[in-house]
Amino acid sequence: MNDTSMATDAPRLSARGLVKTYGPVVAIDGVDLDLYPGEVLAVIGDNGAGKSTLIKCLTGAEIPDVGTLKVEGRSVHFRNPQDAQAAGIETVYQQLALAPALDIASNIFLGRERRRPGLVGKVTRGLDHRAMREFAEAKISELGIQTLQDITQLVETLSGGQRQAVAVARAIAFGSRVVVLDEPTAALGVRETAQVLDVIRRLREQDVSVILISHNMPNVFDVADRIHVQRLGRRAAVVTPETHTPADAVAIMTGAAPGDSGDGGEEGALP
Amino acid sequence: MTETIEQTAAERYRARPLTRVQRLRRLLHRHPGISPTVVLLGSVISFWLINDRFLLPANLSLILQQVAIIGALAVGQTMIVLTAGIDLSVGAIMIFVTMVMGTLAGELGVPGVLAFVVGAAVGAAAGLVNGILVAYVKLPPFIVTLGTLGVFTALALLMSGGRSIRGDVLGSFLTWTATPVGLGPFNLTVGVLLVLLMYAGVAFALSQTSWGRHVYAVGNDPAAARLAGIRVRAVLLSVYVSAGVVFAFAAWVLIGRVGAATTNSAVDANLDSITAVVIGGTSLFGGRGRVLGTLLGALIVGVFRNGLALARVDVLWQTFAIGVLIIAAVSLDQWIRRTGAQR
Repeated sequence: MNDTSMATDAPRLSARGLVKTYGPVVAIDGVDLDLYPGEVLAVIGDNGAGKSTLIKCLTGAEIPDVGTLKVEGRSVHFRNPQDAQAAGIETVYQQLALAPALDIASNIFLGRERRRPGLVGKVTRGLDHRAMREFAEAKISELGIQTLQDITQLVETLSGGQRQAVAVARAIAFGSRVVVLDEPTAALGVRETAQVLDVIRRLREQDVSVILISHNMPNVFDVADRIHVQRLGRRAAVVTPETHTPADAVAIMTGAAPGDSGDGGEEGALP
Repeated sequence: MTETIEQTAAERYRARPLTRVQRLRRLLHRHPGISPTVVLLGSVISFWLINDRFLLPANLSLILQQVAIIGALAVGQTMIVLTAGIDLSVGAIMIFVTMVMGTLAGELGVPGVLAFVVGAAVGAAAGLVNGILVAYVKLPPFIVTLGTLGVFTALALLMSGGRSIRGDVLGSFLTWTATPVGLGPFNLTVGVLLVLLMYAGVAFALSQTSWGRHVYAVGNDPAAARLAGIRVRAVLLSVYVSAGVVFAFAAWVLIGRVGAATTNSAVDANLDSITAVVIGGTSLFGGRGRVLGTLLGALIVGVFRNGLALARVDVLWQTFAIGVLIIAAVSLDQWIRRTGAQR
């Protein structure tokens, strides 16, 4: 529907001058962010650098005090996560936001269940369980997640990586163009982490833009196209895996090396 | 495709064959209706062995009539417990609505249908008060309904002035729930059928509509439900309001059963409705359970009381037995739930 060759230059999501304070605490202090079509943008930063708040402002979970958000060039104001979803921005939260006592299909459709077609669905408001199961199954195999076999399994019986897969499947199942993943590998083992990174690459192939928040430098440098370094509530730098090493990124993150935009270090801009 | 990776030791452990007990536990976990059904059938058979009058259609009909009121309240209670709430005011709302209907029809001469509609609106309003305090003021449901228990009880007593309103002045509509209905050898009432209909309706709404899924999700984890795009407060409010309407129907059934509008009946109803919900396998922590389990729970309580009475057991020992039953039911439930953490 959109011509990708034309759209590549315009950011799909862009934020300017975001500020969010909690009483006396300044969580983010004038942050800019651009996300381009089909790229993986990692957001890294020390604890308290404002990563989570930044993400919450982008996904409607928090309303920024100051600043503007644009999606595909249009100005937007998210008052809640549904507004962001409607604009095509899906979030996989660190705490996953799944209902453990419901099955995989119900969780994927949670909040946007499909009713039975025709008059039956209209009158009884009954759910189309079969269609939802088939759709969920298709989406999960599309993601290449083989560990989920039985779509009627309750989420509480799944492992951490499987739950992550369900959450990711839910985020991309409804054709969103931006997916935000908050620490998707934090609770996972090596093998499951590799699976999640594969899923991220597959999303990029499908022209989905991904924001990846992570502490894990090897993961970040493995999949990210660009890396947004957050420090003390500000954007200290945007680097790429080609121009910087993980050690450089950590240095900017901790303030040992100067950033390139603002006061990541006292010396000013990077050459 | 990429299944060439070796299994780790933990994965091999997880894939180990299960013992018989573990398999039973997982079966009970997947099908939460099994254990209350087994308890119900077991108790029916035991009481029948003790006294063969127990299984006579007349006695079974009597049990259904005896559990109708508690069963009706327990429908609304289940919805509230599924949201991780609890309602101590269910009986008070019912009796308050009973007195509203009774006063309107019996003393002010309002037509029965209109009196019922006003009563249902009062029930919904009572639910709305509880719902606003829980969902928007964010007070714990236990405290809210402990408070409204007093409020609605007092309102009902103030309205009645301690008098009962006899059935013969209430008109045929409000006492219609007492009309006998013969089903083969069984002798039921319109009220009993109405309660069964309520179970069917709420079971459908909870399991087959998106509203029902949202009720479970909110009870599971309200923060997660909100992030999934569910309007948590609206769901909570809708649950308390529709429970209020359910309690108004319970009031209608109560008028038929007692044959009058009075504040002296069903005084233990608040806690008995919770008993039915718990024995039916619904978790007080929310998000787990079925309304049909509650129907089984209400029947189990009714069967125990009736069966022990037929066995000429003192009424205090009946209460004792119900108490033991509650603890046994919750212990069994905990034991079954422990499987949830495994695989």
